[in-house]
Amino acid sequence: MLLGIDTILVIVVLTNLLVLGSSRLATCIRSVALQGILLGVMTFAAHDSASLLRTTLLAIASISVKGVAFPALLFRALREADIRREIEPYVGYTLSILIGLAMFLLSLWLSERLPLPQVPISSLIVPVALCTSLIGLFVIISRKKAITQVLGYLVLENGIYAFGVGVVPHSPLLVELGVLLDVFVAVFVMGITIFHINRQFDHIDTDRLVLLKD
Amino acid sequence: MLIARLLPPLLALVFAPLLLGIISRTKAVVAGRVGQPLLQPYYDIWKLLQKGAVYSSTTTWVFRAGPMVGLSTILVVLALLPFGGIPALLAFPGDLVLFAYLLGLMRFFTVLAALDTGSSFEGMGASREVTFSALAEPALFLGLAALARQTGTFSLSPMFENITTESWIQAGPAFVLLAAAFLVVFLTENARIPVDDPTTHLELTMIHEVMVLDHSGLDFAFILYSSALKLWLLGTLVVSILVPVHQSAVWLNIAAALAGMVGLAVFTGLIESAMARLRLLHVPQLLIGASVLATLALVLVLR
Repeated sequence: MLLGIDTILVIVVLTNLLVLGSSRLATCIRSVALQGILLGVMTFAAHDSASLLRTTLLAIASISVKGVAFPALLFRALREADIRREIEPYVGYTLSILIGLAMFLLSLWLSERLPLPQVPISSLIVPVALCTSLIGLFVIISRKKAITQVLGYLVLENGIYAFGVGVVPHSPLLVELGVLLDVFVAVFVMGITIFHINRQFDHIDTDRLVLLKD
Repeated sequence: MLIARLLPPLLALVFAPLLLGIISRTKAVVAGRVGQPLLQPYYDIWKLLQKGAVYSSTTTWVFRAGPMVGLSTILVVLALLPFGGIPALLAFPGDLVLFAYLLGLMRFFTVLAALDTGSSFEGMGASREVTFSALAEPALFLGLAALARQTGTFSLSPMFENITTESWIQAGPAFVLLAAAFLVVFLTENARIPVDDPTTHLELTMIHEVMVLDHSGLDFAFILYSSALKLWLLGTLVVSILVPVHQSAVWLNIAAALAGMVGLAVFTGLIESAMARLRLLHVPQLLIGASVLATLALVLVLR
């Protein structure tokens, strides 16, 4: 069981690095979706059998929203807004990967110093959750397009979800489903916004928004 | 016992060119061609051995020494490498550093011989070869460090002896990352696709092949044979991690390791059929990716 969780966590780190190192939007969307599915599967492994119904509900909701609905929404936005399929980064791909690695090491160092109310199921879970959140933030600030910022937001949320599942396994179902609903609405709204910005301005490069004056 | 220890180098000497044959046969089958005979690399080497070498008048002794130094260093490396559970002929703590830098010495002399010809193409190839292997070195060493930490030894023979099914259960993700990192090193150092195309016909795009353009006859046979041996050596690193078979019957271990080598050759052929060569600018990204994988593995086993 522990090996399974560790394997999932390592794959999550690899998908993070893939998001940082890939130049294709489609690859990024797919790897973020894979991340969501893996974390959903991890929900099963992390919880005890006492709360089976709750776990199943949460896992299925998380997998269907993050693994199916989000990629569909994002691909639709990609198609409708006729976005160029390449990411335009402020920070280069190789440097991004190295920064991602540095963030993982930082998270390992931090997690050893972080006092937790209870011992997490795997010693990897806190560093991976922290590093996923940090990488999400980094993707938000280091990429030009609005759609990659949505992706960064999703990676950030995946990190928070991983933390919740691994460290606070008895958090109420309502809270976790509420977070999931929030994220869903956010991505939905952002998808529509991207489409409308595109209609208005012919592109979705957010760095041009600074030119706007009221 | 010593007789058994002679087995790993002997197997390498006999079967190494076969790997090249298997790779090109796999590529041919995938492309729907019949392909050259499996033993073609042996025929090539045999043919070249019977020919005389031609030397350009601008070259010096360095050019003539290159292939010989290459072959002799690789023969020494063969003595350091265990195969299929049989310990190496020479094993001492720290032999993994010697292993890596003897390969480095071989590369250094290949590069010197290439530069000695004064051809601009060869200089370009030499520059690329050195750049890419400098970038592959962190991946190799971080990977070896992770293996050393996991197995608790600095010598290659006990290191591969200690990779067992139990350690796979204990540190499986780390081993998979290591195998992936070593696979990239294996493809880079042996000038295979996606880093370099061994069958390319344009000097501008060559990396390894362009450095040996001026060698002929006996010298070229040496070069072909030593690159086949290098393929075998670095392939052994990957296979020893992925095939941790330690049965009591020696022949079973060897059979498993040989099957692993054949599997690796077929896999290389499949990679070469499925992928195109990366643009030169993207190769460093691949190699840094491999170093990152090795670093992750090291972090995982250090924890």
